[in-house]
Amino acid sequence: MIAHSVFFYIFSLIAIVSAVMVTVSKNTVHSVFFLILDFISISCLFIMIGAEFLGMIMLIVYVGAVAVLFLFVVMMLNVAEQKGQWFSSRWDGGTHIPVGLLVSLIIFFELIIVIGGWKYKPDLLNSLSINISTEVTNTRSIGNVLYTDYILLFQISGMILLVAMIGAIVLTYRERAGVKRQSYVKQISRERNEGVDLIEAEKNKGVKIDA
Amino acid sequence: MDSYFSILFTEVYKILFLLVPVLVSVAMIVWLDRRVWAFVQKRRGPNVVGPFGLFQSLADALKYIFKEIIIPASSNKFVFVLAPVVTMTLALISWAVIPFGEDFVLADINVGILYLFAVSSLGVYGIIMGGWASNSKYPFLGAIRSAAQMVSYEVSIGVIIINVLLCVGSLNLSDIVMAQQNLWFVIPLFPMFVIFFISALAETNRPPFDLPEAEAELVAGYQTEYSGMMYAMFWLGEYANILLMCAIGSVLFLGGWLSPIDIFPFNAIPGPFWLIFKILFLFILFALVKATVPRYRYDQLMKLGWKIFLPFSLFYVVLTSSFLLYFDLLPGK
Repeated sequence: MIAHSVFFYIFSLIAIVSAVMVTVSKNTVHSVFFLILDFISISCLFIMIGAEFLGMIMLIVYVGAVAVLFLFVVMMLNVAEQKGQWFSSRWDGGTHIPVGLLVSLIIFFELIIVIGGWKYKPDLLNSLSINISTEVTNTRSIGNVLYTDYILLFQISGMILLVAMIGAIVLTYRERAGVKRQSYVKQISRERNEGVDLIEAEKNKGVKIDA
Repeated sequence: MDSYFSILFTEVYKILFLLVPVLVSVAMIVWLDRRVWAFVQKRRGPNVVGPFGLFQSLADALKYIFKEIIIPASSNKFVFVLAPVVTMTLALISWAVIPFGEDFVLADINVGILYLFAVSSLGVYGIIMGGWASNSKYPFLGAIRSAAQMVSYEVSIGVIIINVLLCVGSLNLSDIVMAQQNLWFVIPLFPMFVIFFISALAETNRPPFDLPEAEAELVAGYQTEYSGMMYAMFWLGEYANILLMCAIGSVLFLGGWLSPIDIFPFNAIPGPFWLIFKILFLFILFALVKATVPRYRYDQLMKLGWKIFLPFSLFYVVLTSSFLLYFDLLPGK
């Protein structure tokens, strides 16, 4: 049990410190690296409470896909080079502070509501509509409720993601002129008599070929 | 407290028992790769150091150890040093869940295949970190290419894994092997095996998908600025990953440690040897592909991943699940 709590405190400490470092560090790419460290330590915490499936999905989805895209965007935009102009040298008069305060207040009150609920009505945790069995693996138990009781919510969230994806493609897609696309059918069906043209070239004059 | 330390020491002993053979076989596999490549091209390949040139990789390693490690002045030093370490570590920790036999596995965890998938999706970071921290054009371009390629092909590998899992009903790797006792999955899922093999080539940046290190365009891609032992670590990590992909392929499709037919001369050979034979077979296929196929163009690579492999493997998921449902073969009832 001692080893368990030691590991718990190590992972939570790493999670909290790296979460702070995400906002504090001046280099944006470093921020993303700290975000990845944060995700990894949170997935370790998930695995420690026995939610191995959630921990692995956290790694695959957030670290393996979402954070890679973050890194791409940050590296491509060269935000790191603009840091002087964005962060350190110019104080914008604190116009972003009210927005930040509002968001953090909302999150704070949400946390109070959730944790307060547990504190003052401890049997709330036991009154879940679905029994969590400890005998089957949690992959199986998640599957059992996700595809039966919550199938509608699952499908709706999938549809929302699909719509978001199509929307992003529609917004960013633009037809470019002068793109030469490769057509395998055209290439393969080309034959000698239409591909090769014998031209009688006159001396010192050259020939004109329509490409 | 005493028992805690004894558990710790047995675990460390087990880990060393696994990692030392893996590292040695990585060195040997590099030699094998070069030999096969040479034989296809009617050359001899490395044959000078030791019998058949077997110690060539050790000689190379010795050379790398004594070379100077150069850290570029304008690089991001911490991330630059961290990148090969990340690559190497991620390549080695995946071996913890590979089952070499019944009860012959370091960590027999319930979500083994998800763990492998998660670790291989983390593998991108070693490359991105190396490319970004070098602060140079070629490494950065190589890293971007490599990351895009690995993320794309991971999607199709994920869908292929779903195909196998539908037939097994468990995420545990030992269960996946035991489910193939009567029929290896390579037979019913043969198209998926082919796609897995090609995706594994792309995932490990092997030819014909070695665009991230295409020497004619990008010098050596993300490794351009690396030298000495740090370069050797990238290189070891890369080959350990290739070996790992072969191991995953043999566990998922070729029946892991099981012998091909369960009769006397075959089932007398212990399980781990069968797994090693299968890994070697897949690796020689990798080497033959490297020797025979020319490099893909980048747009062809992306087209292959997203427009051909992904739809086809999604279609195969539907086919597999409807087949299992119709003939009432679904596992885990």
